[in-house]
Amino acid sequence: MADRVYRAAPPETLRIEALGELTVLFDRRSMQTHLMTQPMPEILAVMAGDPCNAATVAERLAARFDLGGGGDPTPLIAERLAELAAMGLVAEA
Amino acid sequence: MRHSTRIAVGPVQFRIGSDWRAPVAALGRLYAGYPRDTARPADATVRLFAARPWRRWLRPSVEIGGDFTVPDALPLPLSMGLLAAEMGMNLQVALGWRRHLLLHASAVARDGRAVIMSGESGSGKSTLAALLGEDGWRLMGDEFTLIDPAGGDALAFPRAVSLKNAAIAEVAARVDAARLGPLLAGTPKGDIRHLIPRADAIAAMHEPARPVLLLFPRFGGEAGIEPMGEGEAFVRLTEASTNYVALGEAGFAALTRLVRETPAFGISYPDSTTGLALVEQLFAEAVR
Repeated sequence: MADRVYRAAPPETLRIEALGELTVLFDRRSMQTHLMTQPMPEILAVMAGDPCNAATVAERLAARFDLGGGGDPTPLIAERLAELAAMGLVAEA
Repeated sequence: MRHSTRIAVGPVQFRIGSDWRAPVAALGRLYAGYPRDTARPADATVRLFAARPWRRWLRPSVEIGGDFTVPDALPLPLSMGLLAAEMGMNLQVALGWRRHLLLHASAVARDGRAVIMSGESGSGKSTLAALLGEDGWRLMGDEFTLIDPAGGDALAFPRAVSLKNAAIAEVAARVDAARLGPLLAGTPKGDIRHLIPRADAIAAMHEPARPVLLLFPRFGGEAGIEPMGEGEAFVRLTEASTNYVALGEAGFAALTRLVRETPAFGISYPDSTTGLALVEQLFAEAVR
């Protein structure tokens, strides 16, 4: 998968609430509710307002969380970014 | 329309019009004890009408109309006019109400604290609420519970309880026959008989109650209690709400608050006695 660059939806458009193991997110633009589990909310959080590719996100996640030290997480994060794009929560920058 | 009435159930003022006298008269008997305020504008309109003029007399067939309608809804025979009225009232609330988050759930309260029970048809939520309402609890509603988006309180919608099939005999054995409506046998939902809530439940219908327990009952199988996470309760209640999407962020905020502040459990029970005991037990633990 090409390492595309995305930008997260502006924080003021999203309302994010953690409900135990699940995070629920209300998108004020689409009026849609999204349900997500980790690492989706964490990805949105580390992207902040910056254009990010999967490698940048992986780097920022590794700085904040223990990613377990397994292989390179970048391909998995690229997939998650594509899923977030399909939900309209990140867009190609 | 030829015959009409107004009925206030909780915060909803209904205007019901009918081409026939019988459904309005039947509603009049069921809702005789409810407060009336004819000056108040109607929130919801239900129309029971004949599709063709001659169908008022010839094999009379009741079409359900109102502010909101469901395409292709089948008409009911006039003998089931009361059921048509009930379906029309439910439909208007389910599709039209915007002031509160509307949950397809029954609720009972004690000391200002509410137990909300959500489940599919057949889960027993309605029967449990009806039986609790005869056993020291205030019946808030057997079908809908309203959540105030501002404060998070539960509001009552104590319409006449729609008892179905086996629940009819179970409840009839415990109440004065004067509180039961006519038996509607062989409806599309089986046998139905309405129960008029106790007078104290009707008198208290405008009093909000604080949710303290969310239950997801399942009739059948061994008695069991299963704690439910906030996320699962949220998902289930979005599915049980008829206006969650329409309320937008207000609905989202009301529901996240409800599941955060209110412990939730799935309960299964083989019979009503066990079901009532489980509710009592969980309520005692919740308010401790």
